[in-house]
Amino acid sequence: MTSTSSTPAPGRYPAGARAFPHRSLLGIGQLETHEILYLLDEAEQWVDLNRQSKKHTDRLAGLTIINAFFENSTRTLLSFEIAGKRLGADVVNMHAAQSSVKKGETLIDTAMTLNAMRVDAIVIRHGSSGAVQLIADKVACPVLNAGDGQHEHPTQALLDALALRHTLRARGRSELNGLVVTICGDILHSRVARSNILCLQALGAVVRVCAPPALMPARIEMLGVEAYHDFDAALAGAEVVMMLRLQNERMEGQFVPSPREYRHLFGLTPERLARAAPDAIVMHPGPMNRGVEIDSTVADLPDRSIITEQVEMGVAIRMACLDVLTRRARGVEGWA
Amino acid sequence: MKQARPLAITGGRLVTPDGVRPGTLRCSGGRIETVGDAAVQDGDEIVDAGGRLIAPGLVDFGVFAIDKPAFHFGGITRAALMPDQAPPLDHPARVRFAAASGKPDLWVHPLAAATAALEGGQLAELALMRDAGAKAVATGRRWIGDSGVMHRLLQYAAMLGLVVVSHAEDEGLAGNAAATASEMATRLGLPSAPAEAEALAAARDIALAEMTGARLHLRQVTTAAALDLVRAAKQRGVAVTAGVTPAHFMLSDLALKDFRTFARLSPPLREEADRQAVLEALGDGTIDVVASGHDPRGPEDKRRPFADAAPGMAGAETLLAMVLTLVRDGVISLERAFDLVARNPARLLGVAAGELAPGAEADIALIDPEKPWVVDSGKMAASAGNTPFDRQPAQGRVIGLWKGGVPVGG
Repeated sequence: MTSTSSTPAPGRYPAGARAFPHRSLLGIGQLETHEILYLLDEAEQWVDLNRQSKKHTDRLAGLTIINAFFENSTRTLLSFEIAGKRLGADVVNMHAAQSSVKKGETLIDTAMTLNAMRVDAIVIRHGSSGAVQLIADKVACPVLNAGDGQHEHPTQALLDALALRHTLRARGRSELNGLVVTICGDILHSRVARSNILCLQALGAVVRVCAPPALMPARIEMLGVEAYHDFDAALAGAEVVMMLRLQNERMEGQFVPSPREYRHLFGLTPERLARAAPDAIVMHPGPMNRGVEIDSTVADLPDRSIITEQVEMGVAIRMACLDVLTRRARGVEGWA
Repeated sequence: MKQARPLAITGGRLVTPDGVRPGTLRCSGGRIETVGDAAVQDGDEIVDAGGRLIAPGLVDFGVFAIDKPAFHFGGITRAALMPDQAPPLDHPARVRFAAASGKPDLWVHPLAAATAALEGGQLAELALMRDAGAKAVATGRRWIGDSGVMHRLLQYAAMLGLVVVSHAEDEGLAGNAAATASEMATRLGLPSAPAEAEALAAARDIALAEMTGARLHLRQVTTAAALDLVRAAKQRGVAVTAGVTPAHFMLSDLALKDFRTFARLSPPLREEADRQAVLEALGDGTIDVVASGHDPRGPEDKRRPFADAAPGMAGAETLLAMVLTLVRDGVISLERAFDLVARNPARLLGVAAGELAPGAEADIALIDPEKPWVVDSGKMAASAGNTPFDRQPAQGRVIGLWKGGVPVGG
């Protein structure tokens, strides 16, 4: 494979819909490597657009997209909303707190209701693993998983891969192949970790995960990762350090004794970062607990931390996903 | 309904505890009279078995609903009803009502709630419930976490001569788990608990049973570690028995793929190594009972995200066919199959049924063990179609059923 260019090269992917044959985006686990690369390459045009002063196209004009968030979210919801609007779609946000879900309506009934409104795409976040697939099976339009329980958060993994690719390219490296990535934090409860493990491995990276035993999923090594409880060992030679948020509600007593004890063992301090490869890249999906899993001095390192780039790439990736998944309904040639 | 005329089932293969042999079964007055070389007498109602199996009606140990069409489809003539009803079977009047609820063509044997409201605290009125018709005592869907309560329960039940049926799953370790800790649970992102949660609970229950001399039945033993504990306890002479449902010997946690909620069970489906251990325990006699765990659940309980769905399966219709699979696979003999689904559970309940023996209740199933069919969740006799065996081919169907010598369903 030749080095990636910033726009998809013709002929690099199967023609038309065969480049991305899925109706919905439920998880990285459903994707082939070339399908992941296709979405990353499709996103490049939106990175360029988003850096211009006029950030708008009418590509999805007339389409209605619902962001159905059954779990609180700020950045993912905002990112999907901006992505839809920049593509010219009508975007409606449905918050669980205001919905009939609170009145006891089942998830299936909610899905049927959304379906009956003839929306063109539904973006869903839900607290239960598998909930998004359950809805996708019941509606006629494409469904995008914006996080389901502890299962998957595919657009997060895609945006992380895109942010990594941009950074590596700026440093003269073209691919993720062979890249050593250490993911540290609450792996057990993290859908971000699961999607990133699958995505990074598909792109050829070597993935290490690091967590205290209580926050490490069973048989995690069966996913092809190296598992560590010793952060220093996990960092040795790591070229990318991806820190995950410790959910404060899971902290006290239950899984780890206290935030400061967690930081003592698993916090990314400048001293710890020095154990990683020189110029190792620092990532965090946000929101951060500064001073717990990551020190401010590390999070704000200008040439090392790409945390804000991750957020930037998020909009572009979501634009690419919305564009690709609605092509069939829009009658795009080769996709209809 | 009383049996009006004597019944003679001829030309079949009789499934008795000592083996399968050709012969005739003759019943009168609601009881089995002769097994084997009975002579047909004038006035007998004669049924030609046509070489098929004449077997005892199944005694299903531990169901959550009285679902007569499903039980009769599956050849079940007696069912031990779990106390997890609404309201729970923790009062003599409710036990008496439940005991009468299936008659005449299905006998329901209520299992008394061990503790008030099944909360694991205060002992329920076990003697009064026994005298109202309860055949054993059960902890329900949950384990009794307080060892002091369990100790007193076993002592008391031993005095009353009642078997205590326990659900062996340590609640502290199991928490809100919806799956067994495994690669599948990790890939699906499901809350999971180590399989050892079962062995921990089984170990404590066995230790207390040994202390008190009580009879303990672990309703579902699904892991290698817990089966080893049961095996060792039996060798020491502890009065412990073990059961399982077909799901745990037919399926592993791979059935959870795509978040299929019909595979959401309690205890959860285990990893393949544990399934193999269950098969071994069925073969070597460590497991005494196979039951359906019949728990029909409609879409309101099952068409939900996996962890939010209610556990349980509609198992009455598939119980016999799945156990016959074990026979075809050479895991157990045909007569042992009926020990597992009829004779052993009847003994636990202390009822004169579950085997073809003179004097036993004439609960008879005429079975075509080869008849092929396909399990279809959309066409079940049960009140809900939540079977984890949906679309699976099965072999073995009940083609005639008698309760107390009277044909079921006309």
